Amino acid sequence: MKLEKNSAGRFVPTTVNGEKQIPFKGIGKHKPSGRIAAPPIRSCADYPSDGNKIVKNLKEALKKAGLKNGMTISTHHHLRNGDVVTNLLFDTIKSMGIKNIRWFPSASFPCHQHLIKYLEDGTIHHIEGSMNGPLGKFTTEGKMKGIGVLRSHGGRYQSIQDGEVHVDIAVIAAPTADPFGNATGDRGPSACGLLGFALADSEYADNVIVVTDNLVPFPCYPWQIQGNNVDTVVQVDSLGDPSKIVSGTTEITKSPDRLLIAEYVAQFMEDAGIMKNGFSFQAGAGGTNLAFAVYLKERMKEKGIKARFIRGGSTKYLVEMLEEGLTDYILDGQTFDLEGVRSMRENANHVNTSPFTSYNYHGKGNFASIIDAVVLGATEVDVNFNANVVSHSDGYLLHGIGGWQNCLFSKCTILAIPSFRDRIPVIMDEVTTLCGPGELIDVIITERGIAINPKRKDLLKAVKNSKLPYKTITEIQKEVYDICGGVPEKPKTDKNKVVAVIKWVDGTVLDSVYKIKK
Amino acid sequence: MKQIQLASSGKKGEKISSDCFIEICKNDSKGIKINIESKVEVMYGNSIRKLVKDMIKFFELNNADIYINDFGALPFTLCARFENAVKRLFPDITKEYLLPLNTNNKYKSSKDKLRRSRLYLPGNEPKFYTNAGLHNPDAIILDLEDSVSPPEKDAAQLMVRNALRSVDFYKSERMVRINQLPRGIEDLKFIVPHNVHVILIPKCESAVHVKNVEREVEVLKELYNIKNDIYYMPIIESARGVINAFEIAAASDYNCALAVGLEDYTADIGTQRTNEGKESFYARSMVVNAAKAAGIQAIDTVFSDISDMAGLKASVIEAKNLGFEGKGCIHPRQIKVINETFAPTNDEIDKAKNIVLAFEDAQSKGMGVVALGSKMIDAPVVKRAQKVIESALLNNIISKNWRE
Repeated sequence: MKLEKNSAGRFVPTTVNGEKQIPFKGIGKHKPSGRIAAPPIRSCADYPSDGNKIVKNLKEALKKAGLKNGMTISTHHHLRNGDVVTNLLFDTIKSMGIKNIRWFPSASFPCHQHLIKYLEDGTIHHIEGSMNGPLGKFTTEGKMKGIGVLRSHGGRYQSIQDGEVHVDIAVIAAPTADPFGNATGDRGPSACGLLGFALADSEYADNVIVVTDNLVPFPCYPWQIQGNNVDTVVQVDSLGDPSKIVSGTTEITKSPDRLLIAEYVAQFMEDAGIMKNGFSFQAGAGGTNLAFAVYLKERMKEKGIKARFIRGGSTKYLVEMLEEGLTDYILDGQTFDLEGVRSMRENANHVNTSPFTSYNYHGKGNFASIIDAVVLGATEVDVNFNANVVSHSDGYLLHGIGGWQNCLFSKCTILAIPSFRDRIPVIMDEVTTLCGPGELIDVIITERGIAINPKRKDLLKAVKNSKLPYKTITEIQKEVYDICGGVPEKPKTDKNKVVAVIKWVDGTVLDSVYKIKK
Repeated sequence: MKQIQLASSGKKGEKISSDCFIEICKNDSKGIKINIESKVEVMYGNSIRKLVKDMIKFFELNNADIYINDFGALPFTLCARFENAVKRLFPDITKEYLLPLNTNNKYKSSKDKLRRSRLYLPGNEPKFYTNAGLHNPDAIILDLEDSVSPPEKDAAQLMVRNALRSVDFYKSERMVRINQLPRGIEDLKFIVPHNVHVILIPKCESAVHVKNVEREVEVLKELYNIKNDIYYMPIIESARGVINAFEIAAASDYNCALAVGLEDYTADIGTQRTNEGKESFYARSMVVNAAKAAGIQAIDTVFSDISDMAGLKASVIEAKNLGFEGKGCIHPRQIKVINETFAPTNDEIDKAKNIVLAFEDAQSKGMGVVALGSKMIDAPVVKRAQKVIESALLNNIISKNWRE
């Protein structure tokens, strides 16, 4: 396999799964042009005039869609770890004797380990999306037939729009839909909030199948997916396990160390002058990412400050802020609990968004770069502020990129991370896998101290009187190495065997993941 | 008598983190066999093997099968577990495998330092140690007593010893709660040589208890050539202790504080704790008065509902009003509330500022008498004002240049 050094200094293959690749050139350097991808021309004469597109089952729908060996099939991950549709889909594909599918999910979850047998028997050739948990382990051990491709949510939209990925069939699990194919995620027994991750697929795929367990008479309104883009509608008993789709309530972490980091984040945002009237921030549902918003809320109330918008990952905590008038809007990318789903349904200022509005590289701008501050996690960072979010220091792929890369474009990107996990240091000399270039990462907040990227002289100046424990990143690194017992060794990998590549938001190849040597 | 063939130490299971399980089995002249399964094999596998080989050599093990199941234990934990397994298998071995004393741990304490918050850390739970100091408690307490089950007392002694040497508690005062006497006397050799600052004497009932501890500490200090001061904090937890509170408080010049523990006390007097606390008012007040009469600090019991921050705050205000200067913490989240609530109020700080400024003014003018307006100020008032300022500084309420 031919590898080339890209502008981040990482070695990447020039061909992946037979397709030519462009090595990363630097941030904002790669700008494809021309007119490339567009959905095929359709005629309404070919569709039932009564608007009834129901077919009896998934197999019929796939047959109608012309399923063939080697096709690309996409799914979305709004059902998270409760998803049974994707597993049912591949059971069906297997039963039809189809091989070599390129699976193009917006993310995978541990529930999808069901698919490992199909990766083994050749039903699925490779995954382009995320390789979480068991799928990550399978991939890293070099067992997948093709090379995995990891993209951000925005990168997924980009890859569809600039022709990098042509989706043959999109299968969209929809918590509520009508026979015409209009669909929404904000209601129904399997409600998940919104369906934004399936938007590009619905617009660009050759064939779109909507799968629902809550069929309503036309019209399903409001529709998040437009029936005019949909070929067939399939009814099933259940889309999945509702308790794993959204949690009843999202609980704040109880870990005192994570809460300490969260407090530091909130105080940093105040001390650095980010928290001011009309500001904006992004919060997720993970331990620290959620807790900081709760501390920030206290500070906002105390100082009488109101945000213009909050981007979520919505939870009951963000909903409370909206309802208490601490923000004008929630711009929601995915909904994590039932309160989030309710609010989206009932409150016009709880707005559903998609990777197109928020993250897409080929949009005429996007929301992520408008945001004042975003708080993200990472599995590793390095002394140059580069960060990894997909693999651990043992070299195994375990997570997807999600919207993480896209969020790095905010005005202040904060990584809130523990300085070590058990005995695993988080600050390395060089990240195992590069997912985010250090020039986009402004602040690293750990329980042992806060390191500001030396490039952000403005932030360094803004926090001059702050009482938080500011340190250089190498000071924190040394402290952790002392605790953990020295410099950790690196995983042994086969540098000739790339098992997955990390795409940058523009479609170029940022880094490679290598096969683990046992 | 049948010889022990196999011994183990530590913990294993899905939920275990930052700890390990070690099993050593004698084998008849088959040499040393090591089997290590570690969560951090890639990063620290070689480092673990090196350390284990070094300990095997140190303890002169020749024929043994050694199995280590590691869940990310830090070196100080791994060493404590290994030594514990060795000593359980060979009870005659007395030598100690000591890691170097962390250079950040050499700081000393003083008799009258602030002791608002002291965080209890169970003596056999190393995962809580490493970040404990980051939450800014005035003190941490490594506990050998109630949080350690009887069969694990030997394991906890080694763990606490290693923690005192290796773990950076970030300038928090380093306390250890020993077991109730006489057993607690046995604990002292594991802590006295390793820069412990304060020894908590639980269920203390008479001056003799304090003197017994002091005598043994003096012997050990001599033996290990320890120069730093070691202080005592007797804990009153029984009716008898309450009645003898003053003699206990005055039993040693190295007593720095007198604490009260109400769970055992209320059981002893045949009642139970209520939120209102009428049943323990006499005991608490007695402890405050005994402590003040002996010129040391009075420290209140713990507040056990870790989710009730408002209740905690109210209990700190009540304790402060009774004359207590500190409170135990059982969770790091309690520290901030306790520190802030024991801190002086703005009103107290303003008065203290005026007094200290007047005092400094008088000093600079060479005047022996300090006056504020028409009022004369006594030396203890100045001292208290200085303490308020010191506390306000420590609590980040005023800045170092508050005089400007």
